[in-house]
Amino acid sequence: MAILEVKNIEKHFGKTEVLKNISFSLEKGEVLAIIGSSGSGKTTLLRCLNFLEIASSGSIEVNGETVFGKDIKLTDNIMRKNRLHFGMVFQNFNLFPQYTAFENITLAPKLALKNGAETAKKSVEEIEKFGEELLKTVGLFDKRDFYPCQLSGGQQQRVAIARALAMQPDILCFDEPTSALDPELTGEVLRVIKELKGSDRTMIVVTHEMNFARGVADKVIFMADGVVEEIGTPEEVFSNPKSEKTKAFLAKSLENI
Amino acid sequence: MNTFFEYFPTVFQALNEGFLQTLKIFIVTLLGALPLGLIISFGSMSKFKPLFAVTKTFVWIIRGTPLMLQLLIIYYGPGIILQENVWGQGETGRFIATIVAFIINYSCYFSEIYRGGIQGVPHGQQEAGQVLGLSKSQIFFKITLLQMIKRIVPPMSNEIITLVKDTSLARIIAFQEVIWAGEAFLKASNGVPSAIWPLFFTGIYYLLFSGILTILFGLIEKKLSYFRS
Ligand SMILES: Nc1ncnc2c1ncn2[C@@H]1O[C@H](COP(=O)(O)OP(=O)(O)OP(=O)(O)O)[C@@H](O)[C@H]1O
Ligand SMILES: [Mg+2]
Repeated sequence: MAILEVKNIEKHFGKTEVLKNISFSLEKGEVLAIIGSSGSGKTTLLRCLNFLEIASSGSIEVNGETVFGKDIKLTDNIMRKNRLHFGMVFQNFNLFPQYTAFENITLAPKLALKNGAETAKKSVEEIEKFGEELLKTVGLFDKRDFYPCQLSGGQQQRVAIARALAMQPDILCFDEPTSALDPELTGEVLRVIKELKGSDRTMIVVTHEMNFARGVADKVIFMADGVVEEIGTPEEVFSNPKSEKTKAFLAKSLENI
Repeated sequence: MNTFFEYFPTVFQALNEGFLQTLKIFIVTLLGALPLGLIISFGSMSKFKPLFAVTKTFVWIIRGTPLMLQLLIIYYGPGIILQENVWGQGETGRFIATIVAFIINYSCYFSEIYRGGIQGVPHGQQEAGQVLGLSKSQIFFKITLLQMIKRIVPPMSNEIITLVKDTSLARIIAFQEVIWAGEAFLKASNGVPSAIWPLFFTGIYYLLFSGILTILFGLIEKKLSYFRS
């Protein structure tokens, strides 16, 4: 069974249709790269998965459970619970500036434990141990007690990845995780994402890094004007694109390199 | 020189009494305007258009006209229009009118500071909290509040130090604050012959008081300097 099943998602802001009939599915452990030109709706799609925007219609199933659909009444509580299937890593990190790297990572799990949420780890010790493991995973254990302002952009983004992982989401979403970084810092972040793939995580990565999409993804979606213009393996999308729009986009992004 | 030491205790006592009144305006204004300003700031951020418009216009009028004018209108207005002194008799009446004018004026200034602090926290902070499953109140108390406070402290300390000096405007309706007390000695009074130095001396009160506040706010800012947002 697919871990994620997105069916006929539509989203409009007022009269503008931003997402039109988006459908795709993901298997556990798969990495999906979403590419496409600016304004094609990539961010909006991720935001709909994370309930930062509410899709206008369509359905989202995780592990066979419908988390969004016309039969789901989205109260605040249900939304809070359902969005935890997804983690989100933002383009500009959005770390909490008043907390250290370690506190950023452990804040949400600790609050969940306090609230008695069922998904929560069972004790503060367990949360802290897991937090330290995550810091090691992203290679920042030595920066445990640093504040975001004391970290480089690449380090901040790695903390943000650890923070998202701390809630143990089924699917981790990245919205252009390296586009706010200096070129020399993108490598360290992409490497961490690549390593996470090895550990069997399901991920959706919106990216402009074509080499990364090609090398790391199992599946690639090319979006244009709010529709899934092309979907397939990296081989299919990059080497044998069927759509003219995909060809034009790829030709243009090759030019830019 | 002899005369100075002779008259100093009398003057000092009169100025202290005046300064006590100054302090009273200062403290009561803060007690009223700090919370009221927050309420007004919610109005000026409201998505409900009529409330937004009314609040914005009110803030514009209050910030766009001199506090001295507001003080005069509030103190004398009711008496002239309603033919009735709503503020009560004598010094108490003047105090109440002063406080009303100051609280209205300062809450408008504070509301803009609050608004800046609240809107200055990037929306991404809230979204980061949301995707981690935090509730609205957790997001406010655990994430945005401290960042707002950090943004609010510097402009607030400026405004509060301005308030220290603005209290002297109450003199215009003959409220007996420290300047009034100093000015009283320009004419021979209380057995002290006419002198200008008591008026100069009032400056020291302001300097000391604003000095203490500057140090205090500096400490708070330093306390919050461990992070940058
Ligand atoms: N809150 C909103 N209100 C109105 N229109 C919006 C809103 N958010 C996004 N849009 C519009 O939706 C379209 C898709 O935006 P989106 O941010 O999803 O694109 P994107 O593919 O992520 O682009 P980029 O590569 O530049 O990040 C754009 O035309 C944008 O103007
Ligand atoms: Mg985007």
